[in-house]
Amino acid sequence: MTRYVLRRLAALVPVALGVATLTFAIVHLVPGDPVVAMLGETAAPADIAGMRHRLGLDLPLWEQYGVFIRGLAEGDLGESISYRKPVASLIAERFPATLELAAAGLLVGIAIAFPLGIVAGAKPGGAADLGAMGFAIVGISVPHIYLGPLLMIVFSLHLRLLPLTGRGGLSHLVLPAITLGTALAAIIARMLRQSLIQVRQSDYMRTARSKGLTETQALVRHGLRNALTPVITLLGLQAGALLTGALITEVIFSWPGVGRLLIGAIGARDYPLVEGCVLAFALTYVVVNMATDLAYAMVDPRVRLQ
Amino acid sequence: MKAIARNPSLALGGLIVAILALAAITGPMSVRADPLAIDLARSLAGPSRAHPLGCDALGRDVLARIVWGARLSLGLSTGVVLLSMAVGTAVGATAALAGGRVDNLVMRAVDVVLAFPGILLAIALAAILGPGLIDLAIALCAMGWTGYARLVRGEVLTLREREYVHAADALGARPARLIFRHLLPGLAGPVAVQATFGVGGIIGAEAALSFLGLGALPPTPSWGNMLDAGRAFLLVAPHLTTAPGIAIGASILGFNLLGDGLAQRFGRQ
Repeated sequence: MTRYVLRRLAALVPVALGVATLTFAIVHLVPGDPVVAMLGETAAPADIAGMRHRLGLDLPLWEQYGVFIRGLAEGDLGESISYRKPVASLIAERFPATLELAAAGLLVGIAIAFPLGIVAGAKPGGAADLGAMGFAIVGISVPHIYLGPLLMIVFSLHLRLLPLTGRGGLSHLVLPAITLGTALAAIIARMLRQSLIQVRQSDYMRTARSKGLTETQALVRHGLRNALTPVITLLGLQAGALLTGALITEVIFSWPGVGRLLIGAIGARDYPLVEGCVLAFALTYVVVNMATDLAYAMVDPRVRLQ
Repeated sequence: MKAIARNPSLALGGLIVAILALAAITGPMSVRADPLAIDLARSLAGPSRAHPLGCDALGRDVLARIVWGARLSLGLSTGVVLLSMAVGTAVGATAALAGGRVDNLVMRAVDVVLAFPGILLAIALAAILGPGLIDLAIALCAMGWTGYARLVRGEVLTLREREYVHAADALGARPARLIFRHLLPGLAGPVAVQATFGVGGIIGAEAALSFLGLGALPPTPSWGNMLDAGRAFLLVAPHLTTAPGIAIGASILGFNLLGDGLAQRFGRQ
């Protein structure tokens, strides 16, 4: 296992470097002058030159790239133009809020998906299966940008049960977490159902049944653990949708995380901050993916040997 | 009737997509109201006979804006998917057929693009390119081609080992004939399934980007920017979020069902 972990960690470096390079390329190579965009078309040439110097944009491109990568290795992402503070500390301040939201969304997703997927997979074609899968296809289709406002109208404005926006106690977390977790729940439920249907036809399940276990006992003791491996893989793949879903959910609910920071930075044309936030999201995703691979290797020993 | 019972997803999905396409094509003829005509006297008016879905804050007819939004949403997402599919198929097939170093390089590039979660790459590109429909389409294509590249590469690698391809090769068929006559037809099913889900995905992504102010700019009616504008009036005029919200949800649902149905038809899940 230690060797497997080390190998996965080593594989992280080139991907992280690739992500940093592509982010740099988007901000620095895509046509359009960020400084002119920031200061406006009518800005004095001296101001433009001054800003360009302040941001290090007057250096040759390869030197800018060197400064960027070296800074990244030291955890220095430059200074935000609109906040006049280091980008890294701005992101660090808001990162816990984003993680909290993503974790809550994941929890809601799992909490809804497991009962649905198990009920549907236990008796495929039955009424419960049809109902659960009907919910799932609708859940996958309803966009965050509509589910959020819909929940706000019903639970905050009409029933007055929960706060409308902002971050605070648990009550503030409920609606954003449901907004974020519903699509995930639907996707996991579908996968869990599919996986259970396959597991139920396997030889070890037949053995478990023939030694006298009831269907439920066999499922709980032997089936579920095996049915979970594809679900873990799926969770890793869905981590990306969860992160950008969190970004959009933050904007809907005025949740003070990295997503809202990014959208604000885009509006203010604060390019160092845009670059930093994009990088923060992408690197988080890369790390989460590695963590899922490790979890997968723990559940399924065969993976480690490959 | 039997065909519908055997594959209800295909039937229902096809129906929703057909209605959507019909609305997008004939909408401007059947809904007479001008989606851009401002009438402040009707600001935030609820549904009525003259305006079946009510009016927005500037008194513009919501139904007309939904129908014009359908044109934008469906047109843009179909275009983006076709372009992503063409680029992805070309790249994936080249990687699989060239093999070795080319394959390795291409797949590493795909890995890096895929390391950007969800619609983040499109958000970053749209942020730098600035808002606007062409820039939005470019940003969505930059994100979308990788899925097709991976799928096509995998399919070509398996297809190329099939007996009929070996037979054609042994009979002296030229590479172009092999590709166009024997490999591409075998790809059509899986790629069509992925592209169907893809249109739904791009409809959602376009709406999200327009919602964030990175896509279609007002006054151009797009479901995403209508939803964003409606958020200020959740209590007094909930129809302003409900109408575009249901339009987006129903469209994505239609393409998801159609994709499920096609997958079932082509015998894959």
